Amino acid sequence: MSRLISYEKKNTPVHKLSGFTKLVFFIVWCMASALTFDTRILLTMLVMGLIIYKISDVKWKQVSTIFAAVMFFMVINLTCIFFFAPYQGTVIYGTKTEIAHLFGNYSLTQEQLFYEFNVFIKYFTVIPAVFIFLTTTDPSELASSLNGIGVPYSIAYSLEIALRYIPDVQDEFRRIKNAQEARGIEMSNKGRLIDRIKNVAIIIFPLLFSTMERIDVVSNAMELRGFGKKKTRSWYSRKPLRTADYAVIVFIILFFVATMVITYADGSRYFNPFV
Amino acid sequence: MNFKIGIKEVVAMGIGTALFVVLTNVQIPLIVVPNTALQPRMAILAFLSAVFGPIVGLVVGLVGHALGDALFYGSVWWSWVIPDGIVGLAIGFFANKFAVKEGGFVNSKNIILFNIVQVVVNAVAWIICAPVLDILIFAEPANKVFAQGAFAFLGNIVVIGILGTILLVAYSKIAGGSNNLQAED
Repeated sequence: MSRLISYEKKNTPVHKLSGFTKLVFFIVWCMASALTFDTRILLTMLVMGLIIYKISDVKWKQVSTIFAAVMFFMVINLTCIFFFAPYQGTVIYGTKTEIAHLFGNYSLTQEQLFYEFNVFIKYFTVIPAVFIFLTTTDPSELASSLNGIGVPYSIAYSLEIALRYIPDVQDEFRRIKNAQEARGIEMSNKGRLIDRIKNVAIIIFPLLFSTMERIDVVSNAMELRGFGKKKTRSWYSRKPLRTADYAVIVFIILFFVATMVITYADGSRYFNPFV
Repeated sequence: MNFKIGIKEVVAMGIGTALFVVLTNVQIPLIVVPNTALQPRMAILAFLSAVFGPIVGLVVGLVGHALGDALFYGSVWWSWVIPDGIVGLAIGFFANKFAVKEGGFVNSKNIILFNIVQVVVNAVAWIICAPVLDILIFAEPANKVFAQGAFAFLGNIVVIGILGTILLVAYSKIAGGSNNLQAED
């Protein structure tokens, strides 16, 4: 199993921002990317994403395996779109400029290529944001800053527990898988579907039951230490919001409004170079 | 309905999300339609919602899917994150009825109810919600996303129906019994 992306302590302007600021930035950024289909805005976002990626000093080594996975997914998805709907672009942009006839009902059109290019960069605006968010945000600090702006601390705490326990559960998963393989259980993709479900169940059963036990142990420990008895709690890693945080939050909100105005100014969410 | 969040629910949301994330790339691929596969983690989501209620189900579905996407695939497909949240939330509404922890999930009435609920919920989530969001966000061709949605629906009802039911019955038997002693003949 590949190593997961994780937080790395560094001293860059992005690392110094509060976790809350980065979460707000990330979510608003995703919303902007989801709502627009304007090529100019998507390209601007792509460039901005790459600049912030550079500033935040993310090492290529940290993210390269994930990058390969997402590229693989994109290639399949774009091919799939073409085979299901070779004229989707023509429908969206309203014109039809053929480049070459391929076979049967399929021909390659400029509109289709442009549409798929848009889908492609739309995904690509989110990828740097994900990498930056995951590698520059300290989970404990994120939980404390979420609580700081009014999220109930039980919810903030559960997010912190999730991030804290992913490596542990992953280790447990690996141990159980190795043990079952040692018993001679076939884990590869051979065999009938029902056998494969059975083999997965053989891992999931012990994993789920040990997880339920872990939930009991951890919640008993927290109860013993008086978790949830008071309305507020203090945090070791609390960082108050600073001027830079407010500046970033104001910027991303203005940026979002601007993208929406530019995208929908001509009444359509698509930027159309064909008319 | 169980909307109260106690310590146990807080921990269940956290560790449950972690488990859901870890199982993200444990998949049984179906070759027919690209980017869809049998996802054993859906059985875990159904299990946790049926045991701990709607809030835990919603959080595990939303946060678990978003984090899993981000950690394993480097991007977040919000159009498929939201349906997972819906599945977790809706199954959780029936948590009190199932009474899994009290040993109530051993009779066939609850098992049938659970499966009716999960089929209906999955239909809403994957045949309606996910494709519509895909079209709204990515303007993807309708026939492609509805085909993907239909396969996700089939895959998920199979996984939850078989694996989810077995897990719940087994857990209910263990958790419900006050002891493991049996009268000897």
